[in-house]
Amino acid sequence: MSPVPTPITISGHELQQRARRQARRRESATAWSFISPAVLIILGLSIVPTVWSFLLSFQADDLVTPSRWVGLDNYYALTKDPHFGEAVRNTLVYTALYVPLSIVLGLGLALVLNRRIRLVGLYRTLFVVPFVISATAQGTLFSFILDPQFGAANAVLRWFGVSPQNFFTDPAQALLVLVAISLWSGLGFCVVVYLAALQDVPQPLIEAARLDGAGRWHLLRHVTLPTLTPVSVFLVLWQTINALQVFDLVYVTTKGGPLGATTVIVYFIWEQAFKNFTAGYGAAAAYVLAVALFVIAAGLRVVRGRERNRLEGATR
Amino acid sequence: MTATATTQRRAAHTGVGRKSRVRLPFSAWHLLLAPLALVFAIPLIWLVLSSVMSNAEINRFPPALWPSGINLGGFRYVLNNALFPRWFLNSLIVSGVAVVSNLVFGSLGGYAFARMRFFGSRTLLVLMLATMAIPFQLTMIPTFLVMKSLGLIDSLGALIVPSLVTPFAVFLLRQFFLSLPRELEEAAWMDGCTRLRVLFRIVLPLSRPALSTVAILTFLTTWNDLTWPLIAINHDTQYTLQLGLANFQGRHHTQWAAVMAGNLITVLPVLLAFIGAQKSFIRSITSSGLKG
Repeated sequence: MSPVPTPITISGHELQQRARRQARRRESATAWSFISPAVLIILGLSIVPTVWSFLLSFQADDLVTPSRWVGLDNYYALTKDPHFGEAVRNTLVYTALYVPLSIVLGLGLALVLNRRIRLVGLYRTLFVVPFVISATAQGTLFSFILDPQFGAANAVLRWFGVSPQNFFTDPAQALLVLVAISLWSGLGFCVVVYLAALQDVPQPLIEAARLDGAGRWHLLRHVTLPTLTPVSVFLVLWQTINALQVFDLVYVTTKGGPLGATTVIVYFIWEQAFKNFTAGYGAAAAYVLAVALFVIAAGLRVVRGRERNRLEGATR
Repeated sequence: MTATATTQRRAAHTGVGRKSRVRLPFSAWHLLLAPLALVFAIPLIWLVLSSVMSNAEINRFPPALWPSGINLGGFRYVLNNALFPRWFLNSLIVSGVAVVSNLVFGSLGGYAFARMRFFGSRTLLVLMLATMAIPFQLTMIPTFLVMKSLGLIDSLGALIVPSLVTPFAVFLLRQFFLSLPRELEEAAWMDGCTRLRVLFRIVLPLSRPALSTVAILTFLTTWNDLTWPLIAINHDTQYTLQLGLANFQGRHHTQWAAVMAGNLITVLPVLLAFIGAQKSFIRSITSSGLKG
């Protein structure tokens, strides 16, 4: 678009300004055309549903007939619902086992793999491969391996003289088995993240500590681990958030059973919303989960900030 | 570390001198790593082996741990009793569209945020980042209602629309574009190139690592997803592989060879992609963490 023919009376300065304003407006229009698909989809399918969910959680809604307002009844009912309480307990047990184990074992393996030994690439590959496999495939695979009757696991246990186990059909074992499968698939993630972080541990710092006579344990305790702190905090946050949202694996393997032993929060939400068609109740449960996730994320951010201040203060 | 320490201590205990200590021809760490790696590999090896076993071999007690020969009965059963080829195609369409559109819309959005000044850019960026913190469970019920009102439930459209572009793609590409030197683009503007041309001719060819990260992570999440297809799809012609496999297992759970054959069909594309582009995969997985 060429500038509009202008009367000669307008000063050159003003002309320049007008051209600049026009250019900026054109730039703004281009930018908006670039971002509008992303904005439309991302905001439309997250902000709108988030608000909608909030409204739903105050309604009795079966996804078919018109809903009716019930105020805080859904939330109140959640506190009284033994199934929800069980789901929260199961989720917390799962998280409390999976998160520390995956991080501690991941760190240990990364520290070992970070030493210059042979076949590191092969080991790393084998640890990471399960991570790219879908939870559905993991679930069907382990349902087969751990099948009490036809599974290979019991055949192997027999070699060692261990009596056959029931795994998924045993209420005392099912949740632990889910933790073990999650470790099988999730450990590789912690390993590669720690391995990448270990590359960034400043070598001069290690040299200096070594010259000061620090042993291996001291190096690990006072140099390596402190520099890994931000990554560890991130992993705690990431793994916790993912663990609290576990669903696919549960759906494929146990469907929340036996006797509700593996009903986790998201399974509860899914069941309420899409099986029992009590969408409002499901939305209320989803909000409880979301608030918990938000509090954890915010809490860890505060801890991380304080930690950073402490470290900076120490070096000053 | 611990292993060598123990041998040393033991050597001291038994009075055996340090010199006579048995030296392994390899690092002692392999004694820990090799069995552990085997534990990680065995389930997958077992997946491949059992998919070519006969049901008789599997149903025997104790079950055979090695196939007597390659038996394609499981695969035949899968093809006769389920729509795996159709589901494969569905998954391919959903993942393919998601990858391409995340690359396109992610690049456009990321570039606008990285290089262009426009009204509301800061607010929008913050808003978009904030949506990354919204868990899927919070949005899934209303998203289902939105898709229903659009008439997309029970069609691939319901799976495609929500995955067209993620805030992660926009944000990751923005960060990458910011790290590129501005001078290259400025020269092109001087020559009168449009923004779009600059993006496609100059910026994107330099952004291969970031683009491959977006492509890999989009492929992994859409290919592997079960929750959303489970909610949005009822009819079996519209299943994705994950949903199909989950249902197939539920219905034919005594046909383990067939279930494992179906499982192998489901994971093979991901496994092959992983093996073929291992470096990019590991880099992407790592960055999904560190930049999250």
